Amino acid sequence: MSILTWTWIITGLSFTLYIYIAYAARAKSTGDFYAAEQSVPAYMNGMATGADWMSAASFISMAGLISFMGRDGSFYLMGWTGGYVLLAMLFGPYLRKYGKFTIPQFMADRYYSQSIRLLSLLCAIFVSFTYVAGQMRGVGVVFSRFMGVSINMGVIIGMALVFFYATLGGMKGITYTQVAQYCVLIVAYMVPAIFISMNFTGNPIPQLGMGSTITASGAALLNDPGTQGKYMLDVLNGIQKDIGFGAYTNGARPRIDVWFITMSLMIGTAGLPHILIRFFTVPKMRDARSSAGYALICIAILYTTAPSIAVFARTNFVKSINNVKYVDAPSWFKNWEKTKLVAFKDKNGDGIMTIAKGKWDDPKSKNEVKIDQDIMVLANPEIAKLPNWVVGLVGAGGLAAALSTAAGLLLVISAAVSHDLMKGMLKPDMSEKEELVWARVGAGVAVCIAGLFGIYPPGFVAQVVAFAFGLAAASFFPCILMGIFNKKANKEGALAGMFVGIVFVAVYISYFKFINPAVNNKDGWWFGISPEGIGTVGAALNFATMWIVGKFTPEPPQEIQDLVGSLRYPGKLVAPPSGGH
Amino acid sequence: MSVHATKELQAYWKENLKIIIVHLAIWFFVSFFCGIMVVDQLDAYMIGGFPLGFWFANQGSMVIFVILIWTYVWMMNKLDIKYDVHEG
Repeated sequence: MSILTWTWIITGLSFTLYIYIAYAARAKSTGDFYAAEQSVPAYMNGMATGADWMSAASFISMAGLISFMGRDGSFYLMGWTGGYVLLAMLFGPYLRKYGKFTIPQFMADRYYSQSIRLLSLLCAIFVSFTYVAGQMRGVGVVFSRFMGVSINMGVIIGMALVFFYATLGGMKGITYTQVAQYCVLIVAYMVPAIFISMNFTGNPIPQLGMGSTITASGAALLNDPGTQGKYMLDVLNGIQKDIGFGAYTNGARPRIDVWFITMSLMIGTAGLPHILIRFFTVPKMRDARSSAGYALICIAILYTTAPSIAVFARTNFVKSINNVKYVDAPSWFKNWEKTKLVAFKDKNGDGIMTIAKGKWDDPKSKNEVKIDQDIMVLANPEIAKLPNWVVGLVGAGGLAAALSTAAGLLLVISAAVSHDLMKGMLKPDMSEKEELVWARVGAGVAVCIAGLFGIYPPGFVAQVVAFAFGLAAASFFPCILMGIFNKKANKEGALAGMFVGIVFVAVYISYFKFINPAVNNKDGWWFGISPEGIGTVGAALNFATMWIVGKFTPEPPQEIQDLVGSLRYPGKLVAPPSGGH
Repeated sequence: MSVHATKELQAYWKENLKIIIVHLAIWFFVSFFCGIMVVDQLDAYMIGGFPLGFWFANQGSMVIFVILIWTYVWMMNKLDIKYDVHEG
C-alpha cells in the first residue's frame, strides 16, 4: 500500500478513537469540565501532561532545529524539561491541595483581589492564544504534507475534531484523548529513531546510539567506509568542519545568554496555565507529585531522543547531499523537493550540490541547498528506508501532538471566560448549569478564533512565542511561588510585582522584535541577554518589587495566612487544635 | 485524619523545605553549572563517544531531572507517613 493510503488509514483510526473517548468521557458538571472530577490516576495525568506539553513544534521541528544549532540547542532540551522539577516541588502538590479550577481563581483567592484576577485571566488568555495559533497551523501543515489536502482544509478538519471533544468533554474528555494521543505520538516518534540508530550504530537505544561507534552498515549508508568504527559525534564534528561550520559539540552563543534562556524557559514552563491546571485533576497531593514524575518521563523519552535524531539526520543529510551530483541525488531528496522543504539552486553551474554557510538563495553565499528544519523528522523514515506504514504513522503522530496541545490551551481560555470573567466577576449568582453552558460557548468560540489564526497566520506568531514564555515567567511564576512559600506576600506586592514584570518583558521584547529589530543581536541586547531569555530578568524584577512593596504595605489578613498554611499539608486540617495533641 | 500540634506541622514543612533545597541544588548543578557554565571545561573528559559537558547539556541533565522528581516523591511519601499526614 502507498504512503498516502497508510496515512489515511492510521489517521482515520486514531481520529475515530479520539471521538469515541471524548463521547464516553463527556462532562456532566463544571467539576468534570474544569478538572475531570479530580479522579484522573497519576500515571494517566502524566501522559496527558506530556501530550499537552509536546506541541507540533516539539514533534516536527525541534530535532531539526537542534541539528542546526549543535550544543546551543541544549537550552530547548534543558529549558523545556527542567520546569517539571519546579512543578513537582514548588507548585503541583500545593495547587492540588487548593483544588479549585483555574489559575486566575487561585491568584484572586490567595491575593484577595479581583484586580489580580482580571490581570491573571488576561495573561492566561494572551499566553494561550499565542501558543494555540501555531498549533492549528501545525495541524493544517501536517495534513497538507502527508495527505495531499490544502492547509486550510486541514485546519478546518482539526477544528471540527477539537470543537467536538473540547466542548463536549471539557477537561475530562481532553484528558483521556490526550492519553491516547500521547501513545500515538510517542510510538510515531520512537519507531523511526530506533531503526535509524540500529542502522548506523547497531544500538537500538537512540540516546546511547548517538554516543556509539559507526558499524559497517552505517558506514555503507554514509558512503564512506572510513567512518566505520569511529564515534558518531567525532564523525559529525569532522563533517561540520569540512563544510565550514564550528564543531557540532561546541557552542557559538554567549554562555550568559544560554543561561538566561534556559532559566526563562524553565520558569516559563512552570508558569504556563495549561500545564498548571493539569495538577487540579488528580485525587490527592501525593498524586500531584508523582504525576509530575510520570509527565517528565513521558516528555524526556522524546526530548532525549530528539538530539540523537538531530545527530543522525545531520550526519546523514550532509554526507548524502554535499558534493554529490544533483542527478545522483537520493530518491528521498527528489520526493521532498515537491514540498519545498529541500531545494537545490545550482549557483556555480557545476551540477554538484554544495552545502556551506549562508542562505541557499543568497547569491553571495556558496550554499546551494535549502534544508528546512522540519525535514529531519518528516523524511527520517524514508531516509532510513523504513516501510510505508511507518511514514503514515509519523503523520498521525504530528497530528496527535498538535491537537492535544491545542485542546489543553483552549480549555484554559474557555475556563478563563466562563469561570473567572462570567462567574467570578460579571455574574457571580449564575447556576452551575449556566456556567457549564458558558464554558462550552467559550471553548467553541476559542476554537473558531484559533482556527482563524491557523488559516490566516499572523506574521508575528514566531516572534511572540518568546512572549508566551517571558510573560508566564515574569507574571505567574513569582506570584504563585510567593503565594505558597511566603505567608506574608500581600495583594499590593503581587499587583505591583506582576505589573512591573509584565511591562518590563513586554517592552523589552517589543523593542527588539518590532520597534528596532536592527539591533536585535548580541551587541544590542542589554548585558547580552536576548529577548528569549529576558523572562528571567522580568521574574527577578517581579520578586524584588513584591518584596519591597510588601514591606511598606499591610500584611495579608489572618484567614489568607491560614489558607496558605493549609496548602502545605495533606489532609483537611487548617487551624491547630487548642491544648496540643 | 489525625489531629496535629502546630509544632509538628511546622517540623513537617521545615523538612519538606530542606528536601526541596537539596533537590534544587542538584537541579541547578547539573543543568546551569555542568551544562552551561563549565561545559567547555568538562568537554575535555569523554564518556563513551560523548564529551562530558555536551552530554550534560544534551542528555544527562534531563535524565537527572527525572531521577530528582522521583526521589522527591519517594522522600515526601515517607515524610507524609512519618508525620501521619498521608491521605487515605
